Amino acid sequence: MPDQAQLLPGTLDLLILKAVSLGPLHGYGILLRIGQITSSALLIEQGALYPALFRLVRQGLLKPSWGVSDNNRRAKFYELTTAGRKRFREETEGWNRVAAAMAAALGATAEEI
Amino acid sequence: MNPITWLRSLAARLFDRDGAAREIDEELRAHIAHRADDLIRAGTDRARAERQARIEFGGLEHYKEESHHALSGSMFDGFFHDIVFAVRILRKSPGFVVSAVTALALAIGANAVVFGVMDAMIIHPLNVPDAKTLYGTQYGADLEFQSYPSYVDLRNRNHSFEDLAAFNFMLGTVLNPGNDPQPANGFATSGNYFTVLQEQPFLGRFYTAADEHGQGSAPYLVLAYNYWHARFHDDRGVIGRVVLVNKHPFTVLGVSSPEFGGTLKFVAPDFFMPIVEQEILGGNSLNDRANTAAIFESFGHLKPGVTQQLAEADANRVAGELVKAYPKEFQATHVVIGRTGLTAFTGPVHGFMAALMMLAGMILLAACANLGGLFSAHTSSRAKEVALRLALGSTRRRILRQLMTEAMLLALCGGTLGVLGGMPLLTRLSTWQPFAGAPLHIPVSTGASIYVVALALALLSGFLFGIVPVRLVMQANPYEVVKAGATGKVGRKVTVREILLVAQIAICALLVTSSLVAVRALVRSVNASFGFEPRNTLLAGVNLATAGYTNDQIPQMDRRLLDAMAAIPGVESVGLVNNYPPLVYTAAFRENVFNEQTHDLKLSNIALAPYRFNVSPGYLKAAGTTLLEGRDLNWHDDKVSPVPALANRQFSKQMFGGINGAMGKRFRIADGTLVEVVGIIEDGKYMSLTEDQQPAILMPSMLYNDPQSYLVVRSSRDPNQLAKLMRASIRDLDGGLHADIQSWNQLLEVVQFPARMATMALGALGLMGAVLSITGIFGMATYSVSRRLKELGIRVALGAKRIEVLQSALGRALRLLAIGSVAGLAFGLMASRVLAFIVYQATPRDPFVLAGAVLAMALLGLLATWIPAQRALSVNPIALLREE
Repeated sequence: MPDQAQLLPGTLDLLILKAVSLGPLHGYGILLRIGQITSSALLIEQGALYPALFRLVRQGLLKPSWGVSDNNRRAKFYELTTAGRKRFREETEGWNRVAAAMAAALGATAEEI
Repeated sequence: MNPITWLRSLAARLFDRDGAAREIDEELRAHIAHRADDLIRAGTDRARAERQARIEFGGLEHYKEESHHALSGSMFDGFFHDIVFAVRILRKSPGFVVSAVTALALAIGANAVVFGVMDAMIIHPLNVPDAKTLYGTQYGADLEFQSYPSYVDLRNRNHSFEDLAAFNFMLGTVLNPGNDPQPANGFATSGNYFTVLQEQPFLGRFYTAADEHGQGSAPYLVLAYNYWHARFHDDRGVIGRVVLVNKHPFTVLGVSSPEFGGTLKFVAPDFFMPIVEQEILGGNSLNDRANTAAIFESFGHLKPGVTQQLAEADANRVAGELVKAYPKEFQATHVVIGRTGLTAFTGPVHGFMAALMMLAGMILLAACANLGGLFSAHTSSRAKEVALRLALGSTRRRILRQLMTEAMLLALCGGTLGVLGGMPLLTRLSTWQPFAGAPLHIPVSTGASIYVVALALALLSGFLFGIVPVRLVMQANPYEVVKAGATGKVGRKVTVREILLVAQIAICALLVTSSLVAVRALVRSVNASFGFEPRNTLLAGVNLATAGYTNDQIPQMDRRLLDAMAAIPGVESVGLVNNYPPLVYTAAFRENVFNEQTHDLKLSNIALAPYRFNVSPGYLKAAGTTLLEGRDLNWHDDKVSPVPALANRQFSKQMFGGINGAMGKRFRIADGTLVEVVGIIEDGKYMSLTEDQQPAILMPSMLYNDPQSYLVVRSSRDPNQLAKLMRASIRDLDGGLHADIQSWNQLLEVVQFPARMATMALGALGLMGAVLSITGIFGMATYSVSRRLKELGIRVALGAKRIEVLQSALGRALRLLAIGSVAGLAFGLMASRVLAFIVYQATPRDPFVLAGAVLAMALLGLLATWIPAQRALSVNPIALLREE
């Protein structure tokens, strides 16, 4: 098993938004997509996805609708709402800024100070 | 929102809750199914794949619950959960719930009832349009504007009122719509009465100022709605019908609206008629400026911008003009203008209601203190649960919210019960007519405002007692509690609970003291020397004018009535008194008395203004009044000059310096008649029980053809039988003469009414306070005994005496009781000053009251600590130590 990092608080929401931004997905699909795009570097218990998912629905960022999956099972599909897309952009920018700042900070050497 | 829609929306939400839960369940299961599909595709067999998928998913129920929270938000659901949880917790301690809800129901119910009366008496003005600007002269403040000509002058000359109306009582009037004469009580009013009040009739029309054209010009009748409903059975055809009023024909013009109850709050008139008819019906003269019984009060709407002070100054200016114009008849000193509705009782009523509301508020505070104590005991016994919840990651805020929900739930239950119990009481009060003969009633409001107040009080008390255990939760240290258990330390430190208990006992002692003061005063007033003996005496009120007798027929008829009464077997003595006997209906007349030498009979020369009663010979014996010196009146006294009269001791003292010098002395009364004192009688009470000793004179009734009088019949026969015989013999004399027969003691109830009401109210509140204190002390004592049971057991094992065990078990509770009682007693002594307005000689510095209060509190302590004391004494050290 590869070394899996603990999820930073708040990152799960952003990952869900990212996963859904690539196209409508059902819950299990979102989980697979996250595994795919993070190369399984992040570990969450599968059930923990849902409270986060529903929180986003309640905030009006995701829109759910029932449909049929590739496995021919009834499943609820999620897609981004307009507010969801806006939030996704903002969060991405914010994350990138923090990441860049952290990277710069951690990459600093004695000579640069 | 009405209850139906509320229920429907609640049901929808609950249903939706189920729907949402089903959807979440389906979605999570779909997830697991998808995962299992993938695992099967990867080569796992079905059973193992499904198991694997479930394990990877994690706690299904847990995530379902969390998802549900995430989806619905925690606002309503959290609240809903709190309530469900609170109900579950409270169901575990039914004893606590029952005592808490009962205490609150009593306290909130008491407050609702007191508020209902206060609302109607004080907060709400009269039930007429723009009642807030309705002001007028006040009965009892100054009599001068109570003659009709002076009222007319005030109406025409003032600059403060839009218009000025006036009214007077028409008590004991006989209304005969067909063949059924019945007494009724109404108002005789100025023609503009309804116009000034801006009232609209329910049926027909009102009379107006335009209907009046002098004496006897407007024989019209307006019926009050309630009277019309009861007497005429809602007959709309009554309009235009002729009704006999004291045998004079009157035409019914209209019926007033159901909301309108006249212009005095505690009097509900049966009918209204123009005051120009007053004299014809045997009432007071309208032409005589000196007759100050012609008008009860006048009132009107103040002009915009005119204040009470300005109106009063204006009225005094008019009074000044009248003093100059009619120095003989009019001598106003200071005219008072006040709000219409409570007349001269405004001050005492306000004082009493404020005191009552304060006491009711204290009961509520005591209940809150009591519940706060109970609640924190309840909570501290749950310390382990609270600690566990904290340890498991619940926030303190969450736990506090839970406690508050429990407190509010209790408070709302108590409040609901309190209002449910209080409302019927209020409804009963509002329709209660304490006296058969008088149209008195207690104004009570039963509207929505009471529910609002009760709800507010419930929420407030819930908050107050819910806040008590907050400190307990904030300081709870989960580690300590879980480790050591909830036994805690037996501290010497004064706790919040103890302070609350002392406060509660103090409030109780205060209430007990005040109610004892009231009871004592009532007893004293009943046993006081009235100057007559009300037992074994029936009074028959007759009004010869209503039966059509002319003035010169009256003395003869009076004599025949007296003879008929005396002829009834078993009657010991009979007498007659004009108008009202002493202490009946708070009505007594004063006479202006001048020295014999005074010939200029103006008001500034008055020597004394004693109460005056016109009585027949034999009245003294029938009334049981003791003759101290001289002789009683006799039937020949109408032919003697100077006119013979009886004087009481006080009159003799003030007028002639003592009873020795008074016999045979002479004085003049207002009409110039020379009067000679032929007998001295004992002092008594005349108008009210709380009056200071007043001078009084009795004049021979034969000289004055007063149509209204009371026959005084003394007999030790059964009063009901006697009343029947009296009625029969009066009917034999004149079938059209109505007699109002009651015992003197019954009629005394009217004068005692305020004191009785005060005693009843205080007694009820005092009882509640006592019950609350008993539960409080009981709770405290039981708690301290149960906490120290082990210690007590060891003490007993080591040979402690019973008294020592008791001392260590209950000493603290009893000390608190003592401190609280002393504080309460001190407050009670101070508060009793307020009571002096209402009850007869209310003095707290009465050994009976002091001893009674101390005894009551001691008894209360004994009662409350009896069971815990028994428990402490029956401690069995062996059994106790074995249990550990």
